[in-house]
Amino acid sequence: MSDLGKYAPLTYFQLMEVSLRELLVEKGVLSERQVAQAVDEMRARGPERGARVAARAWTDAAYKQRLLADGSAACEELGLEVPALRLIVVENTPAVHNVIVCTLCSCYPRMLLGLPPDWYKSRNYRSRVVREPRAVLAEFGTVLPAGVTIRVHDSTADMRYMVLPMRPAGTEGWDEERLAALVTRDSMIGVALPTAP
Amino acid sequence: MAAAEALFRPGERVRVMKAYPLGHVRTPYYIRGASGVIERVCGAFANPEELALMRDGLPARPLYRVRFLQREVWPDYRGGRDDTVDVEIFQHWLESA
Repeated sequence: MSDLGKYAPLTYFQLMEVSLRELLVEKGVLSERQVAQAVDEMRARGPERGARVAARAWTDAAYKQRLLADGSAACEELGLEVPALRLIVVENTPAVHNVIVCTLCSCYPRMLLGLPPDWYKSRNYRSRVVREPRAVLAEFGTVLPAGVTIRVHDSTADMRYMVLPMRPAGTEGWDEERLAALVTRDSMIGVALPTAP
Repeated sequence: MAAAEALFRPGERVRVMKAYPLGHVRTPYYIRGASGVIERVCGAFANPEELALMRDGLPARPLYRVRFLQREVWPDYRGGRDDTVDVEIFQHWLESA
């Protein structure tokens, strides 16, 4: 739990979490250690998984086709566990740019990108990217050419999304590992472009 | 898992119902009443409105991705004419348009 040195009473949901956790431990269903391990595992999961998927798609055209057709199955090929049929990968092209949001809460492809950044969960991002995507992208330093169509994907139910960014120019002949280092978390949410080589 | 039959096909035009039921609903306010085109059928999933009440949510409801033109969703939209927003909507929120 975050503790920035400020004292404030527990909120309703914090209190509920503490009570439930303590009860589960007291009844021997879980140990404190298991809870700490699960939290560590969640925190350790970062965007490297998504970056691996993107780099593979950049270097293997047949893999890219499979990824766009069935994101979950294509991730499984790389040994990444993603609930069946729930992952949709959307491809950026010179004509179309994709960006992901969950306007209702904070649905996010955690299995590929780890925990969502705070701004992704903010009311500001959630309410504005769906209504003025170009302005929001510009605030991330992403200015797209005027003719590019922007597709916003609102993950309101059971699907999760990942953007496959465009492979940067000047990376011809690069191997997957080197390419993966260019694929940032934000480029797979769609608010940024991959790092230029 | 028991599932209701999917009534719409990709490319079909649909309208999101303009309804304001109480409870946990996964249809955002901003898209209620809007018309769009079925982008794909995602499968069938337990109804979240029922799950929120601790029921099993069955039969599972077909879920669609519906593509809307931004300029039709927001009358004052200032982006490109072809810009879209894709939203996941359960079948019981859709009608033919």
